[in-house]
Amino acid sequence: MGIVSSKLGNMGVVTTSLETMVNFGRTGAMWPMLFGLACCAIEMISAESPHYDMSRFGMELMRASPRQSDLMIVAGRVSRKMAPVLRQLYDQMPNPKWVLAMGDCASCSGVFNNYAVVQGVDEIVPVNVYVAGCPPRPEQLIHGIMTLHEKVRGEHMSDWASPRD
Amino acid sequence: MQTATPPVLKDPVVQIRGAFPDAVQDVIEFRGETTVVVDPAHIVEICRFCRDTEGLEFNLFSDMTCVDYYPNDPRFALCYHLYAMFDNRRLRLKVYLAGDEPHIESVTSVYPAVNWQEREAFDLMGIMFDGHPDMRRILMPRDWVGHPLRKDYPLGYETVQFTFNYDEIQRQKPMAQQ
Repeated sequence: MGIVSSKLGNMGVVTTSLETMVNFGRTGAMWPMLFGLACCAIEMISAESPHYDMSRFGMELMRASPRQSDLMIVAGRVSRKMAPVLRQLYDQMPNPKWVLAMGDCASCSGVFNNYAVVQGVDEIVPVNVYVAGCPPRPEQLIHGIMTLHEKVRGEHMSDWASPRD
Repeated sequence: MQTATPPVLKDPVVQIRGAFPDAVQDVIEFRGETTVVVDPAHIVEICRFCRDTEGLEFNLFSDMTCVDYYPNDPRFALCYHLYAMFDNRRLRLKVYLAGDEPHIESVTSVYPAVNWQEREAFDLMGIMFDGHPDMRRILMPRDWVGHPLRKDYPLGYETVQFTFNYDEIQRQKPMAQQ
């Protein structure tokens, strides 16, 4: 994580880059938003429960309010009637925000190629990570979250920070 | 809860035939289920008769569904399922509707529970109910055009993406940019 300045002795100081610290803070406590729509919600809940613990990754809280959450796990089918609601909740989330499409129905509408289901939630919101499965096992969801964490750790500040004029 | 003397049971087919002789078109009896096919113009009166007549107290409105027999005429059929709680009897009233945009009078004045059932029949099959207090779509979004459960409504939504047509479908897919 950086260079421990051994010349100064054991002062307990670690140097690192600002990007690393910012991304460490973002991945360390990324709070998901309660967005379980259908059967994938059950697997998301069991990923949160003690057997496949997700709170060891900092996701103990599942915030119901979009204003207080960072990650929207779209778990389940999104119907045409629910689509504007989903977009509104996504717009209400403050930056930085990420979207994880959990399951086949959120990624590509799964088995439902019809008038009622949105054909993949990336028609409505930009998705960062897709997790396949019907439903994905809790370990698969955790692997998807780990992939998202790696992606966040690789982000540079120049992607989102603009110099002040 | 009940009166001391049990009510006198009457046969619903005989009673309806006696009260509305020209409205009953057919009576079907199949494995213990009684279906009375009636004329759509008299449906409200027949429902009120079934609910209020002594001995024929069908007081629970169980269900209302709609069927689309597309190439045949009459095209639509509405099935009203009635249930009498006191003597555990069921009755089906069937009504045939012709045409592509049929109108029928709403039964909400007799059985208020049919409110959402009629909204569903309107939303998914396109049958207009005159006199309904709240006629709007219930399952599809408010501004949806078309009635999805009709037989001539397209079944799928988008072309399945295989390897040979991957690129051309990817170009047309709506993707959210932000």
